[in-house]
Order: sequence, then structure tokens, then C-alpha cells
Amino acid sequence: MNFDKEYFNLGVLDTLSYKNTLVHRLDPRTKVITTFAFIVTVVSFPKYEIAGLIPFLLFPVVIFALGDIPVWFILKKVLVVSVFAVFIGILNPLFDTHIKYHFFTLPVSGGWVSFFSILLKYFLTMCSALLLISTTSFPGICHALRKLGVPEIFISQLLFLYRYIFVLMEETLRMVRAKDLRSFGKKGQGISIFINLVGTLFVKTIERAERIYHAMLSRGFTGTIHFVLREGFGKKDFVFISATGITLYMFRAYDIVGLIGRLAERMFN
Amino acid sequence: MHMSDALLSPAVGATVWAGTLGTIAYCSKKIKENLDEKMIPMMGVIGAFIFAAQMVNFTIPGTGSSGHLGGGMILAILLGPHAAFIVMASVLTIQALFFADGGLLALGCNIWNLGFYPCFIGYPLIYKPIVQKGMSSKKILMASLFAVFVGLQLGAFSVVLETLLSGRSELPFGTFVLLMQPIHLAIGVVEGFITAGVINFVKTSRPELLESIAEIRSLSPETKMKKIVIAFLVIAIITGGAVSWFASSHPDGLEWSIERVYGKPELPEHETGIAMLLKTFQEKTAFLPDYTFKRKEDIKEQKTSDGEANAWPNIETGTSVSGILGSVMMLSLIVLIGFGIKIIRKKEAHSSKETSGLKGQGRS
Repeated sequence: MNFDKEYFNLGVLDTLSYKNTLVHRLDPRTKVITTFAFIVTVVSFPKYEIAGLIPFLLFPVVIFALGDIPVWFILKKVLVVSVFAVFIGILNPLFDTHIKYHFFTLPVSGGWVSFFSILLKYFLTMCSALLLISTTSFPGICHALRKLGVPEIFISQLLFLYRYIFVLMEETLRMVRAKDLRSFGKKGQGISIFINLVGTLFVKTIERAERIYHAMLSRGFTGTIHFVLREGFGKKDFVFISATGITLYMFRAYDIVGLIGRLAERMFN
Repeated sequence: MHMSDALLSPAVGATVWAGTLGTIAYCSKKIKENLDEKMIPMMGVIGAFIFAAQMVNFTIPGTGSSGHLGGGMILAILLGPHAAFIVMASVLTIQALFFADGGLLALGCNIWNLGFYPCFIGYPLIYKPIVQKGMSSKKILMASLFAVFVGLQLGAFSVVLETLLSGRSELPFGTFVLLMQPIHLAIGVVEGFITAGVINFVKTSRPELLESIAEIRSLSPETKMKKIVIAFLVIAIITGGAVSWFASSHPDGLEWSIERVYGKPELPEHETGIAMLLKTFQEKTAFLPDYTFKRKEDIKEQKTSDGEANAWPNIETGTSVSGILGSVMMLSLIVLIGFGIKIIRKKEAHSSKETSGLKGQGRS
């Protein structure tokens, strides 16, 4: 992982989440709930489903367009991260070799069908997670989770963590850069240097935590973080949730792609 | 190794999420009972520390490949199991959101696999008993290696179980286990050395830190351990019971519950409320009433039930042609909608800028 780049990406996503568009203005709860509903619906399709998943691409496309999110930035992240699903999925064609479809005359085995189904699901679910964070500020998501009943301590933990990531990353960035400047070739990349670096970072972190705690105490910290949300749950949220719900249901329960295909065939004949 | 949404079925994802949320609630309660509020900012900053440390790469000796820190065991040793679990969960949540590591449904599995085993198995049952009688650096090394090893093996095995129960992968159980466990053995050795190294570093440079954090925890090890074991057993039984119930109640697999929730056109007796409404709506507006709305999978199922031997050569090319045609048309429609929204938005922004500009001029 490239440290500088990842840190930069974190900042870009954070900046994106404070845009002011129709999607950004929705209540965070709306977006958290619909994102989960979307993921569960997508994942609920059986192993050999490809056609049924295609209509679901409508959701990311609409959010990209409405939320004014840079498409390539997100796509690059989706294509690069976590190879685990792809790695496990690519083994499917090895184990499942019976012929499932004929692509015109080319026979296609069940393994390939299920592998492409996994790829599609992977793309849809990754997109939805990244779109959630790029249309909703992180404190907004925390607030939504708190309202949805997640324990207070966990919420405080998320908020504190998020605040200090940026501080500590800069600190780490400086330390790593200093180490790199002092090491040549393959020297200084080993495990013992790493341990010393992380150990030092930890000691520095604790000292910082103590200073922060004293500063907070002197400003009257009592154990919970309070924050004000810009907008509440309104008519637009209700409309968004019901529209999403109905569309998800339609896409899950009816064979939209087959319908369009048959309709088109009829027209051509 | 991070679990991924694409390999999960909703039933497995939801069951493990339930276990994870239960553990988060339990840990939050414990922290509230046992600790003062000093721990809250401390946990936040230490979480950020783990997050930053995970991004620093190092070369693994002998292999030349690079590794990075997991951190579950370091957290458990420094903060105690409850706080460590909360911190680990928060780190993984932020990674799932910002780096899309695995996805949001799989987040429950990832917190469970990477958080639960080091915090509630490796630390209390292995690390603590070894280190309890005097902390020499050798003992710390041995304890960390062993505890991390067990934690990672259990986590890797959970990934195998979660994937197999979801039924999206074709990998046979034996092959999958042989694939996952050795990889995590290697990862475990590296992680164990790092854990021991960092703990020893803290011990030599700031020994009072280890003690002071241990003090805040105010642990009474005997009762704690029993409770943790009992809690683990209860959760295991509930999880196992729920998963096997989902798995066995319907031969078709784990989609059953979701199929139930969503309902299907073929099951009119289950349709109530909005499903009913939609169906009547669909019947009234059906522009091709002679074509069935049956899903492809049902057609397939019918065919396979006709007999295994005839099942696959019988597939009509008609179905797959209409499927492909429909997919292509649907895709182009979606792209068109996307561009349409973009264009409308741009026009709106343009006109609003113009009007605001005019207003500005009027005022001046």
C-alpha cells in the first residue's frame, strides 16, 4: 500500500462528503438504511444469476450523477482493492465445469457464470460502500448509527478515531519519510526497523492522548460527544426511501432484463 | 484476509453481524461499568495509531514480500479485551467505508474474524496465562506468537466456514482449508514477532505505560475468564444454531429467508400489502400478458428436476439470446439515465448561476 496515496485518498473522500447536492442533503439515516437494503438485495441473488443483477447498476449510476461524484476516482478504488473475492471466485470455473448456457454457439460452464455473478456483486457492493461515504460525512454516518441504536461508546470511539487518524497519519508520514531518507537500497525496510518505528509511534501516541485528555477535561468533557445535524428526516427522505424500496423490490422479484429482451426480440421479428 | 460481500449470502452475513453487534454492545457495557472516561479519548487515539501503523510496509525476512500489521493482539494486550474489541471494530469500520475493504455486509464477518478471536480467545486464554507470572521478553515473545497463531487460525477458519455456508464459491471444504490455514500460519508468525517486538519496546522504553493501562482495566482475572468462556459458548451455540437452521430448513440453501421476505409471483398466498398491490398493478399494466414473468432460475430448476441427464443440453438458445439482448438494452438505458441526470444538473447549475449573476447586477 502506498502510504502517501492512501492518505490523500482519505482526504479526497472526506472532502467529497461535504458537497451540497440533492443526495448529500438527504438524512444520513436514509442513506445508511438504503445502502444496507441495496447490499442485502444484491447479495440475496443465487449463485448463477447475472441477468437479474444488471438492473441494479441503475443505483450507482443515479447516485454518481445526482451526487456529482467523480466516477473514475471511485472506479479506480473499486478495481484496485481487496482481491479476495476475485481470488476465491476465479477458482469456481475449475470446480464447476458442467455446461450451463450456450452463448450463441460457445458453451459456458456453470463455474464461469457463478464467477461473473461474484464479480458483478463485488462491483455493486463496493460501489455502494464508497458512494455512501462520498455522499455522507463521517460524523453524519455516526449520528445515523447512534439514532439507529448502536451503543454510545462505539460511536464516540468512531468519532475520536476519525479525528485522530488525520493527525497521526501526518506524524507517521513524517517518520516514514525520515526513515526512508536515512536508508538506502534495501536497508531499513526490515522487520526490526518497523518494530522500532511502530513502538516509537505508540509512545508518542500515548503522550499525545494524555495531553488531549487533559485539554478536554479543562474544557468540560463529560464522556459523550454532542453534535448538531444540519438537516432532519424530511419529505425528501421519505420519497427517496420509498422509491428505492419499490425499485429494489421490482428488480428482485421480476425478471426485468428478460422482459426487455423478449420485447426487443418481438420488435425485431 | 478480508471477507467480501460478493461471497456472502444474506443469512450468513446477517447472522454474523448479529453476533458482532451483540459483542459490541456487551463490550460497551463492560467499558462503561469498569473504566473511567479517560479511556475514551485514549481508545480513539490508539485506534488511529493502529490505523496508521497498518499502512507502513516492511519486508518479511527471507521472502522479499511486504507485510503489514493486523494489530488485534497488540490492542488486546495494551487495552484489555473489551476496549480492544471496540477499537478493532472501529478501525475496520473506517477501512470498510473509506477503502472498501470487503464491504458493509462483510464488515460484520471481518470484525468477528479479526477482532473476536484475538480479544476473547487468544488474549485471555493463551497470552495472559503465559505472561501472568513475570514478564520476561522471552515469555512475551512466546505468548504473543502462540496467541496470535491461534487467533489467526480461528479467523481464517471462520472465513472458510462463512464462505462455504454462503454457497457462492465452488471450493471444496478440504481444498479451502488447505489454502487458508498455511497462509495464515505464515502471517501469524510475522504478526507474532511484531506484537512481541512492540510490547517489548514499550516495556523497555516506557514500562509504566503497560502497568498504568493495566491498572485502569482493574481486572479480576478468575471471574473474567469464566465469563468470557461462557459468553463465547453462548454466542457460538446461538450462531451455530441460527446458521444451521437457515441452512437446513430449505434444501435450496440460504436464500430461502430472503426469498420469503421478497415474495415471488408464484406464491400468491404469501402476497399481502405492497406485494399484492404490485402484482395487481403489474397484471393491469402488462403489455405482454402472454409472456410469463417467471424468473430464469425457476425455469432452470424445473428443467433440472426433469432429469439430470437432459438438464443442460435442453437449454433453449432463445432464453439466453433474450437475456443477453435484454442485458445490453438495460445497460444502455442505465447509462443514458446517468448522462441525462448529469446534463440536466449542469443546465440547472448554469441557469442558477446566471440568475444569481443577474440578481447581483441588479443590486449593484
